[in-house]
Amino acid sequence: MIRVVLPAHLCALARCEKQIEVDAEPTQRAVLDALEARYPALCGTLRDRASGQRRAFIRFFACEEDLSHESPDAPLPDEVASGKEPLLVIGAMAGG
Amino acid sequence: MAAVRVLVGTRKGAFMLTSDERRTDWQVSGPHFPGWEIYHVAGSPADPDRLYASQCSGWFGQVMQRSNDGGQTWDAVGNDFAYAGVPGEHQWYDGSLRPWEFTRVWHLEPAPDDPDTVFAGVQDAALFKTTDGGKSWEEVRGLREHGSGPKWQPGAGGMCLHTILLDPNNAKRIVVAISAAGVFRTDDGGETWRPVNKGLLSQGIPSPADEVGHCVHNLAMHPTRPDTIFMQKHWDVMRSDDGAENWTEISGNLPTDFGFPIAVHSHEPETVYVVPITSDSHHFPPEGKLRVYRSRSGGNDWEPLTDGLPQQNCYVDVLRDAMAVDTLAECGVYFGTTGGQVYASKDSGDHWAPIAETLPPVLSVEVQTLS
Repeated sequence: MIRVVLPAHLCALARCEKQIEVDAEPTQRAVLDALEARYPALCGTLRDRASGQRRAFIRFFACEEDLSHESPDAPLPDEVASGKEPLLVIGAMAGG
Repeated sequence: MAAVRVLVGTRKGAFMLTSDERRTDWQVSGPHFPGWEIYHVAGSPADPDRLYASQCSGWFGQVMQRSNDGGQTWDAVGNDFAYAGVPGEHQWYDGSLRPWEFTRVWHLEPAPDDPDTVFAGVQDAALFKTTDGGKSWEEVRGLREHGSGPKWQPGAGGMCLHTILLDPNNAKRIVVAISAAGVFRTDDGGETWRPVNKGLLSQGIPSPADEVGHCVHNLAMHPTRPDTIFMQKHWDVMRSDDGAENWTEISGNLPTDFGFPIAVHSHEPETVYVVPITSDSHHFPPEGKLRVYRSRSGGNDWEPLTDGLPQQNCYVDVLRDAMAVDTLAECGVYFGTTGGQVYASKDSGDHWAPIAETLPPVLSVEVQTLS
């Protein structure tokens, strides 16, 4: 199982725990597909509805690496695939 | 006993202010959806417990919320606002063309007879409709197929469709306003549309001959007189008496005719309210005095309403969707400010009092009169 940590706003929206587990192939796309299938309220909040692209202020981190610019189909780190480390979904620091 | 529920959208959540018909003691609930921008909250005329809220965020995009119990509980519904067909292009600030791109829902207009049917005005400007309570949204595509889209351009707040007037006597007629494109009308239920901006003059842009390009800020209509429509334009307060076909200026003796919201008294179709703002570069009231202006003659002759409103050092703004009226026997008037105050008058504007003073900046105010 892959562990995913969500921002507080999205936990409130999806009414889920901050850390959830999903059964998915270890890629960003597969994990996000599984997340959205389980929590439909998240559709459009992580990826743009029209383009399917990561929303500009959403970032993906794992194992102290910024994975935001990786291909959505690139394999996630082994530690994430094995469940040892979580995939962190972060709302970017942005503003003033 | 009747009651009033004021639905307030703010930069950091939604609030609901409720009172009995005396409108003296107000209960505040919220923030609902704390931390999110709530551009608009609207209740269904057909079922006052059915509410819709447009929830959005620069991080997480658009979410649509629905309540079936008057706002006690909410559920996220559909947020897929996909433009029909090829999105097309509109004008950008520099005159170049840019593809239509959905950003947010500015305004929700529930149908008068069906709680599951709602129109949504969005940025980039388009009109959407749901007939299943918000689960799915479909673009009313005829509006953007009018053909003038490449000449539409964003106002400072974005290219938004912010006003939707549903004719209570004719379900086929809808009037919408877009900043900065102007007013459009359909008479066939949305299949075809045409711009209705004759008589609007905007300094410098566009030329009087142009059919689009006007920065309309808000429209208001009394339900018993749907052919009479009042407009707060970027500059100028206007009226039409032929369903938006032709417009005449009614700014009259206003201290400034720049502003955002406009509202009509619930029982007096010729009584109109505006909040004059100094200018488009000074988004605060003239002289630091927050004054609602009321005309009881359909425009031109305006009187300042100041009793209970701050008359010194007040530098807030009142945004386009942030004024509304109730339908009690003595009409109540309500507006919210960018300073987080919500003011109410229970006597048609003669006297005012704050019913909330320290909310986040107010984006929208709607009022439900509950029996």
